[in-house]
Amino acid sequence: MSLEPPLCPAAIRLTGIDKRFGAVHANRAIDLTVQSGSIHGLLGENGAGKSTLMKILFGMIHADAGMIEIDGAPVTFRSSAEALGAGIGMVQQHFSLIGAFSVTENLIMGRATGSLAMRMVRRLDLPRAARRAQELSDCFGFGIDPFARVSTLSVGARQKVEILKALWGGARTLVLDEPTAALSPPEAEELYALLDRLRAEGTTIVLISHKMPEIMRLCDRVTVLRDGAVVGEAELSGKDLARPAVRQLIEAHLVQMMIGRGNPELPQRAPKEGPLILDVRGLTDGVQFGPLDLKVHGSEIVAVVGVEGNGQSELVDLLMGLRKATDGLIAIDGHNVIDWSTQRRLDAGIAHIAEDRHATGVADGMSLIDNASIGFVDGKPFSTGPWFLSLRQRRLLTETLIERHQVRPPAADIPMASLSGGNQQKLVVGRELARAPRLLIAAQPTRGLDVGSTSAVHRALLDLRAGGSAILLPSLDLAEVFAIADRLVVLRKGQIVGRMTAAQFEIDQIGRWMSGSQGDPAPGPPCPDAPKQMDTAL
Amino acid sequence: MSEFITLSLFASTLHLSVPVILPMLGGLLCERSGVVNIGLEGMMLSGAFGAVVFSYLTGNPWLGLGGAVLSGLISGGMLAIMSVLLRGDQVISSTAINLIGAGLTAALVPIIWGIDGTTPSVPKIPTLPLPLLPQLPVIGPLLGELSMIDVLAFALVFIVWWVLMRTDVGLRLRACGESAAAADAAGIAVTRVRIAAVILSGVLAALGGAYLSIVTLDLFQASMTQGRGFLALAAMVFGKWRVGPAFLVCLGFGLADAVALRAQIFTDELPHDLLFALPYLLALVALATFVGRASGPADVGKPFRRA
Repeated sequence: MSLEPPLCPAAIRLTGIDKRFGAVHANRAIDLTVQSGSIHGLLGENGAGKSTLMKILFGMIHADAGMIEIDGAPVTFRSSAEALGAGIGMVQQHFSLIGAFSVTENLIMGRATGSLAMRMVRRLDLPRAARRAQELSDCFGFGIDPFARVSTLSVGARQKVEILKALWGGARTLVLDEPTAALSPPEAEELYALLDRLRAEGTTIVLISHKMPEIMRLCDRVTVLRDGAVVGEAELSGKDLARPAVRQLIEAHLVQMMIGRGNPELPQRAPKEGPLILDVRGLTDGVQFGPLDLKVHGSEIVAVVGVEGNGQSELVDLLMGLRKATDGLIAIDGHNVIDWSTQRRLDAGIAHIAEDRHATGVADGMSLIDNASIGFVDGKPFSTGPWFLSLRQRRLLTETLIERHQVRPPAADIPMASLSGGNQQKLVVGRELARAPRLLIAAQPTRGLDVGSTSAVHRALLDLRAGGSAILLPSLDLAEVFAIADRLVVLRKGQIVGRMTAAQFEIDQIGRWMSGSQGDPAPGPPCPDAPKQMDTAL
Repeated sequence: MSEFITLSLFASTLHLSVPVILPMLGGLLCERSGVVNIGLEGMMLSGAFGAVVFSYLTGNPWLGLGGAVLSGLISGGMLAIMSVLLRGDQVISSTAINLIGAGLTAALVPIIWGIDGTTPSVPKIPTLPLPLLPQLPVIGPLLGELSMIDVLAFALVFIVWWVLMRTDVGLRLRACGESAAAADAAGIAVTRVRIAAVILSGVLAALGGAYLSIVTLDLFQASMTQGRGFLALAAMVFGKWRVGPAFLVCLGFGLADAVALRAQIFTDELPHDLLFALPYLLALVALATFVGRASGPADVGKPFRRA
């Protein structure tokens, strides 16, 4: 909104930043100017070079070429400590907080100055630091208790502690890397309000994101990166974003720049009702999960949403037999599988796309052939006898998967680690689909994937749905849920607190369920017209 | 029974706990900085040996103490190079320290003195009585038998606690143990902090060994530490990596040792070996029952490398 004259030097000016990692050209001669006191968006897909660029700014990575100017003066940072000293604070996607420490201890660690001897003898003045933290927190409305142990805080609160930490060090420019990736919608909204406030107080903010709505909500200006190069810029402040037509036009333009083509369309789908495939009743692990009832029919995608860590992983592990249930019933096509081993469940037609690809989905060092055939226990259908596993058969399957799911590069013998995350995931999805499952558990199948790979995975899931299989989709990405799910259930503290069908999907209500601002878990499904009444109750 | 529980039982409890307290402090600093150190036993043995060698060569027991410090710098430095700089597996590196400590000292005794097993007597640290303290009522008789060396050892408990829990240096050290990546992001030189902590643990453990060889006794004997390095480790775990509780556990081990010694005098019926196993049994029971799932520093055992 401001009509600031361009005379005032930019808070940050990057000129010709270039960086290669081996064969990968991560940043290609990038120019970027961030006006002081604005929120500047950095939009791009995974691997577009956003994080690399910001790490260069923050002194964590050294550019091969280019110049950095802060407030008009050229600088070179050899370490992040120097960047901090120049007033730049960065909040990484993965928090660098210590759970066992209090908020105050996290703020002051490593900051004291003076000789080693003095620092070994002199008492740390924690109460004074806590008072200052409280003042800073009150000033910007963080609402953080400086004495709280960080491990007891929610993800949203930790995010704020990270920001507080940057401000504590005197940061006038904040770089936030995907700050809402792990936040529930209400927490994200709280963060947006906080960032608005910081901007009003004169802090410059660079927001790395690939979420359109938050870019539109916050940014004054946005720079779009693709394949390591700047492909365009757009001024958002001063635009009439309240008008849907204007908004849609700008959004479409930005997406076009970001992915280099129009937003991929998903095939149309009609609601179908198949037979009951998965029937879960009273399932509990006796600790923090359940009891929980859940039904999934054929030709149906049921999403499981909720703030991370509210029982999604437990649910998947219980269904797969990776965690022991103390009570309850899991029926697949009418057979109770609760006492079955994981292998027997796989044979019964359950397939599983693991939530953490690196931990449980693939073996990085093994070849694509090994990874494509790894889950087929007993060697079926690749073994011709008890002592022999046919490499030819396995190669055949791998090559089929590579072709059908467009895995790049299309080489069956190379190690899995040499593929990008998106291509690894395509192979994993293909492998699980190759089981022709009755029930597919797809846990966050598109986490960390770019738009192209995401739509490929979504299309594969929808194809499976069209074939009559049941799909359970634990996901943190509500956009994904809205795009492909037929129904959703909301998990909170290991229980289902809300259910909706696709026709009822409403983000505010889901957010309230996720954050628990609607009281404690209620066992039954809410009445369909509940949302509006709940609004007044808040 | 009244003569069994006497002032001298109290005094010998304190004496016997010192050679567990010193390596415990070393191990605690080391693990709070994020490096597993099961090599305390070997560090103690080489410290005990270094002290005797220097005392023997120079005739001055105080220089013997300096010899212990030197051996601690070497053994701690070796562990630091293997586990911090070269990022080797910390358990295996410190096991190597144990094997080297036990093997090398036992092998060097016959090479230097020409006899197997036990060295001849060397000059020992004189018992320096404390001024004033013995004259005080109540605590006079209780603590009067302590020497300056004991008091210094107990003072170290307080000093380590103060530095670790109350100062900036301690906060940095604990940060490295809880999350090396977070500490690095806060501008803390993780590698440097860990190297310093590992070397310091070597020195403290070596001093514990020297206490056995040239304060309590005046000689070196192969495997003379008898597992006190491991007891120190047990005390640290049982005390949940906190200085105060771990110190109390060390006193408990000292008491068990003292009771075993006295029981040996008072009765012939109990087998002595069993009595001397008392502290170890105590450690075993304690670790298996009371502690439950002891949780150490979150990042302990993980070598740190910048991304």
